[in-house]
Amino acid sequence: MNDFDLVRKNLFRKPLRTILLTVSIFMAFLIFGMLTSLNVALDAASETGTSGNRLIVSNKINFTQPLPISYLNRVATIKGVTGVTHQSWFGAYYRDQRQGFFPGFYVDPETYLALYGDQVKLTEPEKKAFMSERTGVLVGKSLADRYGWKLGQTIPISSNIYVKPDGGRTWDMKITGIFTGAKPTDSTSAIYFHYDYVNETRTFGRDTIGNIAIRTVSPDLNDSIAKTVDAMFANSSAETSTVDEKTFARAFLKQAGDLNFIVTMVVAAAFTAILMIVSTTLVSAMRERTKEIGVMKTLGFSSPRVLRMVLGEALLLSTMGAVLGLGVSALILKGLAKSPAGAQLGDLSMAPTVAVSGLLLAITLGLVTGAIPAVSALRMSIIDALNRR
Amino acid sequence: MSALIQLNNVTKNYRRGKEGIAIFDGLTMGIEEGDFVAIMGPSGSGKTTLLNLLGGTDRTDGGEIWFDGERIDGYSEGQLAAWRARSVGFIFQFYNLMPVLTAAQNVELPLMLTKLSPKKRRDNVETALKIVELSDRAKHKPKELSGGQQQRVAIARAIVSDPKLILADEPTGDLDRATANDILRTLQLLNKKLGKTIVMVTHDPEAARFATRTLHLDKGRFVEAMA
Repeated sequence: MNDFDLVRKNLFRKPLRTILLTVSIFMAFLIFGMLTSLNVALDAASETGTSGNRLIVSNKINFTQPLPISYLNRVATIKGVTGVTHQSWFGAYYRDQRQGFFPGFYVDPETYLALYGDQVKLTEPEKKAFMSERTGVLVGKSLADRYGWKLGQTIPISSNIYVKPDGGRTWDMKITGIFTGAKPTDSTSAIYFHYDYVNETRTFGRDTIGNIAIRTVSPDLNDSIAKTVDAMFANSSAETSTVDEKTFARAFLKQAGDLNFIVTMVVAAAFTAILMIVSTTLVSAMRERTKEIGVMKTLGFSSPRVLRMVLGEALLLSTMGAVLGLGVSALILKGLAKSPAGAQLGDLSMAPTVAVSGLLLAITLGLVTGAIPAVSALRMSIIDALNRR
Repeated sequence: MSALIQLNNVTKNYRRGKEGIAIFDGLTMGIEEGDFVAIMGPSGSGKTTLLNLLGGTDRTDGGEIWFDGERIDGYSEGQLAAWRARSVGFIFQFYNLMPVLTAAQNVELPLMLTKLSPKKRRDNVETALKIVELSDRAKHKPKELSGGQQQRVAIARAIVSDPKLILADEPTGDLDRATANDILRTLQLLNKKLGKTIVMVTHDPEAARFATRTLHLDKGRFVEAMA
């Protein structure tokens, strides 16, 4: 028998209590694992495909509001701008809306590939085919894998925004390329197709675009170019807001609100509740064992050793709950990543940093919840402990 | 015989509210090695306080306590804990066994404070349980044992690390006469065969008869009488 055996036996002296406490801690770490991983995935997704010398021009009211396509040529004339293109959200889904949406953009093929060729990796024949085929569509590899799409196949892509003159919402598109990302971890769950094909056949919003992407000579010029663009369209019917690509991507992905703040608040609330529950229970559990602690000290166990054992119980409890909570959330994330909704979030899995922070949090939780009973065990005099009834 | 424990001019006071109560005021006594001393006296006479001072679980307000040539009253908490672990075995009225541990594990507890190998520890536990005739109950938890058996486990725990001194606080106070006599015979055996020095606090004159001498304590002073 060693100290750990004693810690373990003491922790499980009332199995139901220990199980209930473990489940409480498990729930807190499940919430932590899921929300933090989601936040990390969103952050990573907002980094994907962004570049320091690219700016995004969108409608000042909201990026969901359109801009006239005529802005494109005017922006291109600004000094320091080396390339422009545009992209628009289509609200794309495949066959059944209930299976979820995926990012679908209608773009100008030539200028888009000129600006984003580093992010949309294709073979030369695929590029040529996409540019020449009016109904051509580029599909990301993960999306193609999910739906079993093959090169050359014609697929029906529907929109939850646009309607055709015949009332239909579906555009048939021919897969002319299956792209991979710049990095293996980059999300490849989007599709890109021709602006002209959509623009000619939609019933509203003709000759408008979602936003304009600008490539600048140098990131140093970003600020001045952004100001020039916004000044150019000030007091027009569609004023603009120009920001760097990373800022835009974050804003786009976090439309629901400040996820960092929400995640922090939810996790903090969960942990505060658990801290109270576990601390109170451990204090009362330790009070039940006052006499035993007195006996251990009488036998010669030093006060610091008793303190370590009491802290050890709290640490073992929090670590068990944390490992279970993080483990189950990792499994759930794995399952979610395969779902249509999860696929849109890119690399939805538990990052090592999340697991490590979770374990550090477990150690902190154990130390904090164990502190009061441990210190009272440390200070407890043998006489008082043995005389307590 | 030489004095294993020597108390010189020991004073001990307690505070009850604003009032100070003197338990001992210049107590001097000696206990020889190999003695089996029963301490009797009315409630509040200082029996348990004396036992606590002898076992280093309470501190004096003045005077000296010597154990086997070492002055222990000035020891730090840590030094006292280490001294108790190697020199003193404790037996309590209500056994005070750990309910989550088996009899053998309870007996092994003091050995966790030693550097003995696991095998040596097992051997010592087996020997201690054999002495108290409980080898067949080694794997039983306290709640599966009778009061007398639990007290014998406590005795095994007290002797497993081979201390020179055993302190027993009302060891038969919770037992029927027959079981109490069994326990007292075991203590007598430890004293006579293994040479353990035993100091036992008791209210029971029958129990005191098993000791080699009895000290009557009253208001912090004692009178010695042969058992």
